[in-house]
Amino acid sequence: MSATMDLEADRLARATLRRNARNRWVAYISLSLGVLIFAFPIWITVVGSTHDVSTIGRGDVPLWFGGEAVANYVSAWLTGGEATRTTRSVPAWVMLWNSLNMAVLIAVGKIAISLLSAYAVVFFSFPGRMVAFWLIFITLMLPVEVRIIPTFEVMVNLGLINTMTGLVVPLIASATATLLFRQFFLTIPDEYVEAAKIDGAGPLRFFKDVVLPLSITNIAALFVILFIYGWNQYLWPLLIVTDRDLETVVVGMTKMIGNGDAQNEWNIIMATAVLAMLPPVAVVVFMQRWFVKGLTETEK
Amino acid sequence: MRKKVIFKGTLLPWLLLLPQLLITGVFFFWPAGQAIYGSFLREDAFGLSREFVGLENFSDILADPTYLAAGWNTVVFSSAVAFSALGIALFLAVQADKAIRGTNFFKTMLIWPYAVAPAIAAVLWLFMFHPQIGLFGRMINGMGILWDYKLNGGQAMTLVVVAAAWKQVSYNFIFFMAGLQSIPRAVLEAAAIDGARPMRRFWTIIFPLLAPTSFFLLVVNIVYAFFDTFGTIHALTGGGPGQATTTLIYKVYVDGVQNLNFGSSAAQSVILMAIVILLTAVQFRFIERKVHY
Repeated sequence: MSATMDLEADRLARATLRRNARNRWVAYISLSLGVLIFAFPIWITVVGSTHDVSTIGRGDVPLWFGGEAVANYVSAWLTGGEATRTTRSVPAWVMLWNSLNMAVLIAVGKIAISLLSAYAVVFFSFPGRMVAFWLIFITLMLPVEVRIIPTFEVMVNLGLINTMTGLVVPLIASATATLLFRQFFLTIPDEYVEAAKIDGAGPLRFFKDVVLPLSITNIAALFVILFIYGWNQYLWPLLIVTDRDLETVVVGMTKMIGNGDAQNEWNIIMATAVLAMLPPVAVVVFMQRWFVKGLTETEK
Repeated sequence: MRKKVIFKGTLLPWLLLLPQLLITGVFFFWPAGQAIYGSFLREDAFGLSREFVGLENFSDILADPTYLAAGWNTVVFSSAVAFSALGIALFLAVQADKAIRGTNFFKTMLIWPYAVAPAIAAVLWLFMFHPQIGLFGRMINGMGILWDYKLNGGQAMTLVVVAAAWKQVSYNFIFFMAGLQSIPRAVLEAAAIDGARPMRRFWTIIFPLLAPTSFFLLVVNIVYAFFDTFGTIHALTGGGPGQATTTLIYKVYVDGVQNLNFGSSAAQSVILMAIVILLTAVQFRFIERKVHY
């Protein structure tokens, strides 16, 4: 009796182990395949950026590095390759500098004005509070794409075309960041405010000494997300910037492709693509914890 | 939820709100108002005068076959992007959630494409599928299949869908991972003890519990496919060949910025505004439910 039960249990246990092993193999193989599909386009691009222009132009795309890496990256960094018929070339360092400025200013600006407005909405009671909140909330429904021409007209009238101010300021209004900070401020216990009041601290003092230090984690997480958001802007710089000295790297590098002629300096273009990807990817990889936190908390 | 203890004053809170409200007023509400106002006007050929035409702009674009084609492209493009990005992400998340070694490595390697700009994602795929210089582009041509996404509309659409979905998988993956981790292990173990096989456990426990995450992601993915993929299309196909990859957003850009068609572009903007409002409403209704669980 017990011998047969043991046998049965043994059979089940071995079946389960086998299934678990098979299960693990399925996981490993599919994850590796996934990683491969995600990494391969980058691999091709990085490899391509180390060959000379004729190798790529001929279509003999190599799978391993060539010897032109230094030459290509120096050329991309300093000159941006040769000018095409329609556009003059811009050195990658200029475009990267513009992108960096834009991304940091957008992230800092969004965080600053959202902190202030969330603070006003949560910690004060004043006439028009809900109106202000809804006005900010509604901007969620008005992405640039749906008000493209009139916004452009406003920019022209204000003389903001081809300026860093024009590139940054219209993008720093943020309903999502305001909502996130509002959500977080609501969790700050009432006792803190009471204690501050008893100690004679005014609202600005309370903001600086209590609310701001408590928000550091949220600010860091949000900064990572907003930096990437700013760096990857496309339509807005495409509209606002015609002066190539203010070109951002994402838009600038797609302009280098033009109509995608096989005669393009593909090696320089690929080197620029690598340079354009590097900063935001580095931010995600090295600040992964902040990044995941920022993403899962802002987007709801 | 409301704070019980709050500061007094009217001027200070308005001052704190001023920068945000100023920017939204000048760059959001005023232009949006202009778009709505402009959608009822028509500009003469020389851009000298504008006259009121009622709903004519709307009836014109809704009768315009190129607009309807762009609408259909948008539907095809968005659903293809959303479903492939969601499906692949869910599959990978379930695999990465298994108790295996090296999950952190896999996670990092699957997360980083989020940081790649949509336009750059397009360029990466262009490098691979360019008919003359692309590795796969040449390979397909070598097999005797005529491949040129600059000439063939179906191929162009396929390529923009792949480039757009490729980038969005990592976003969905992060949220599915978070969703999977919040499923109580005890429930899964109980099911396993009761003899439920992995497939059955997935369809009867994991999938239903992930439904709120999936629905939220579906809306986010549709919004992404609608609005954030402008760069992908602009860099890869420029809306072509012909109109094969022109979506509604791309058409607003072409009609407004390149063709300077004032009234039509304003009316298109208003239609898009209605779509965003609808999507946002759906999203927030759902989130309200999630909060009240």
